[in-house]
Amino acid sequence: MQLFDFNGGVTPEYHKEASTQSPIAVSPAPSRNGLKNFLVIPLHQSIGGTPRPLVSAGDRVLKGQRIGAADGDMSSAVHASTSGQVVAVEMRRMPHPSGLSALCVVIEADGRDEWIARQPFDYHQHTAAETRDYLRDAGVVGLGGAVFPTHLKISPGKGGKLDTLIINGAECEPFITCDDLLMRERAEAIIQGVVILRDLLAAGRALIGIEDNKPQALAAMTAAVQAGGHQDMAVVAVPTRYPAGGAKQLIRVLTGIEVPHGKRSTDYGVQCFNVGTAYAIHEAINLGQPLISRIVTVAGNVAAPRNYAALIGTPLHTLLANSQPLPDTDRLIMGGPMMGITLPGDEVPVVKATNCILVGSPRLFPPPPPEMPCIRCGECAKACPADLQPFELYWFSRAKIFGKAQEYHLFDCIECGCCAYVCPSHIPLVDYYRFAKSEIWANESEKAAADQAREQYEFRQLREAREAQEKAARLAARTAAGRAAATNALAMAPVTAPAATSAAASAVTSAATPVTEPAQTPSPQAALIAAALERARAQQVQPANTTNLTPEQQAEIAAIEARRAQIRTQAHPHLPPDD
Amino acid sequence: MLAALLVMALGAVVLGAALGFAAVKFRVEGDPLTEKIDAILPQTQCGQCGYPGCKPYAAAMAKGEADINQCPPGGDEGIRKLADLLGREYKPLSAEHGVEKPKALAVIDEQRCIGCTLCIQACPVDAIVGAAKQMHTVIAAQCTGCELCVPVCPVDCIDMVPVAENITTWKWKYPVVAIKPVTTQ
Amino acid sequence: MTSYLFIVLGAVLVNNVVFVRILGLCPFMGVSKKLETAIGMGAATTFVLTMACGTSYLIDRWLLMPNQLEYLRTLSFIVTIAAIVQLTELVIQKTSPMLHQVLGIYLPLITTNCAVLGVPLLNIGMQHNLVESLLFGFGGAVGFTLAMILFAGIRERLEGADVPVHFRGTAIAMITAGLMSLAFMGFAGLDKYK
Repeated sequence: MQLFDFNGGVTPEYHKEASTQSPIAVSPAPSRNGLKNFLVIPLHQSIGGTPRPLVSAGDRVLKGQRIGAADGDMSSAVHASTSGQVVAVEMRRMPHPSGLSALCVVIEADGRDEWIARQPFDYHQHTAAETRDYLRDAGVVGLGGAVFPTHLKISPGKGGKLDTLIINGAECEPFITCDDLLMRERAEAIIQGVVILRDLLAAGRALIGIEDNKPQALAAMTAAVQAGGHQDMAVVAVPTRYPAGGAKQLIRVLTGIEVPHGKRSTDYGVQCFNVGTAYAIHEAINLGQPLISRIVTVAGNVAAPRNYAALIGTPLHTLLANSQPLPDTDRLIMGGPMMGITLPGDEVPVVKATNCILVGSPRLFPPPPPEMPCIRCGECAKACPADLQPFELYWFSRAKIFGKAQEYHLFDCIECGCCAYVCPSHIPLVDYYRFAKSEIWANESEKAAADQAREQYEFRQLREAREAQEKAARLAARTAAGRAAATNALAMAPVTAPAATSAAASAVTSAATPVTEPAQTPSPQAALIAAALERARAQQVQPANTTNLTPEQQAEIAAIEARRAQIRTQAHPHLPPDD
Repeated sequence: MLAALLVMALGAVVLGAALGFAAVKFRVEGDPLTEKIDAILPQTQCGQCGYPGCKPYAAAMAKGEADINQCPPGGDEGIRKLADLLGREYKPLSAEHGVEKPKALAVIDEQRCIGCTLCIQACPVDAIVGAAKQMHTVIAAQCTGCELCVPVCPVDCIDMVPVAENITTWKWKYPVVAIKPVTTQ
Repeated sequence: MTSYLFIVLGAVLVNNVVFVRILGLCPFMGVSKKLETAIGMGAATTFVLTMACGTSYLIDRWLLMPNQLEYLRTLSFIVTIAAIVQLTELVIQKTSPMLHQVLGIYLPLITTNCAVLGVPLLNIGMQHNLVESLLFGFGGAVGFTLAMILFAGIRERLEGADVPVHFRGTAIAMITAGLMSLAFMGFAGLDKYK
């Protein structure tokens, strides 16, 4: 099969052998210093909205029970990783570079590991939309590191058909071996997941790309494909070069298609999934198990580097205890040395994005030499696998000229770190891009909020104008009615009109009326005032029960009034008596 | 001498006629500039600039009646953007119109709210829901933090609570090179 | 035909109004902060300068010379240019209010842009005919636009540069302009290949 090539990339030292010597171990039960076993399951584990918690403190949950419901379609559900009791739904520190907290469900494990009733999902009997909803509620997300909700990716491209389904087993970043071990040990299950994906996407063929530094994984996957007798699947060894495992890079290597700026790979009939995701889909659909565990590599400065099948929510210290970090450990990195993020501490839980816990030490990762000025040598541009000009991005990001940085396609940067790796001036280029990207995102959300506020404000003004108009219309209608009545009165009784006007005038205030007694033709204003007074008088209805009183009732009223007057004088002796 | 006068007079007549024609032909109607300025303003509708809303302030700026440094919620960055758009010189926020504050949201203390609806009438973006003699509450997603509801509340039950940073709004910091003392070994 | 080409080329490169003749520096420094405004200003100046060269030639040839009124040249040229600038301003205000706002005071100031008066006067001095005048004016304006665009491109990048505090803004722009002027002196030998 013809392979293609992507520009740039680097070949760092891989350090993968150490953690591939022993098979995947089941993660130890969480415990520390004889304390009870707690799992901390963050609700927000995927791209998109934060799921709503479905449980509260004191609830008993079973393994695989949904504890967080997806918030809209751009979100993914979260499940209890073991059976036990919910201790709290509270803010806990997250495996995030900020070290900030987010809402987590804390479960005290009862050690029984009791499953919910597991029902395989027959996707042939359901519509595509139902299958997508099922996967969303099973919490399946991309396990390559981006944690993009998988159900959103399961829609065939143009024409309801996909040419090529790509399964990403390249795993190009140093130290990380979780996909390698998964492929070696659970190849059959992965292939079953690929079959589901192929059916759902109506894909013409499936290519499984694996870097050629993983011969055992290649052999296992090839054997699994042959055992299943899948003619439309092929396991392809791709050259080992970082970042061959990037989605766009792998698509380019396997199919030669270069997905341009602003386009999706599905526009070109290609979709890419990680092997871990395929495995999770198999578990969700064929076994009815939601995504509650994943393979995590523990490597770096540890005595026994190894892969663990860890429950989501396992605190890192429990996971690390078995691998015994060496005494000079100074940091924990989630992910690999190129793209990983430094973690705030060892109490944070394993999440769906945790593919590797890299234990660092000054010996393993010496502090970088001081940053020097950019000399515009262009090494970064040569190394960039996204074909960008990193030195230009750096120039504008550093000077906070974000518009220009975007013109140079900052958002096509995959933050792979190749540019920083080759930079002879040791500039932390990716840090600048991350800074610029988050500033731009913040600006855009501010802009969206401002637009919303403008819309609201304009609507309010519109509404106020409409209300004022309606009020004016009502008033005008009433005035017109009054005017008509007054004109009628004038026409019918011309003799009594002057008298009525003068009476009205004196009733309002004698000084303010321009109309005086011998007015031959009463002015319309005067007539209007008269009409208004007439209306007012008509509205002052005497209460019906105050007329035609019997003497007994009058006596009763007098008694009441007297009592009131007495009370008033007692309460306020200085006040004059009423009336 | 006469010839010179005639020539100049002729020139003046011809050019004047041409300009007069052009002034009629190319008359400008409407003001699309206001829209562009309005797009930069933060739309809090707080009135701190001295105009009844963001749009009137934008219109005043477009006409050159208002200065660009009268919008505290827009802050320093907003002024820079306006200076850039209008080709004017940057100047710091004018003190008489207020100071730039971190974004805050109005929060109604529901125990103290008496349901007077005064804040509902004051809110320029309809971000407060409630009815007469019913408890009111603020829709956080729509609140612009303009503070217009705070002074009208007769029982002082509205507080401006600064927005705290969370995982989704957290921003990567500007890379700073750590300076370490040189140690001789 | 070749002489026409050399008139244009000479006006654009060899005798660039900004970098070699050092004319029209006011808008050159004033509106070269952004590429779009520089292009807009260049376009406006190109229109005004070409028109000014044509009309001033006609006025000079058919109005002033027959009446021995050469001493009115400067005066009548200024009046003509002012009228053309006013016309341009009206048109720009109508077609691109944004550009009009951004160019601001520099647009009416094209009137007093010494390049716009200088080039027609140079035309008279060089005894160009109408076509040559128009070409010379157009070439000079293209040279001006070229200088504006190059300079704006550099200034946009300069915004991100670590310039010492006291050199920020106009100071570093002046230094840049000086360096560019030196660079344009390199075109001086172009006519040797005539």
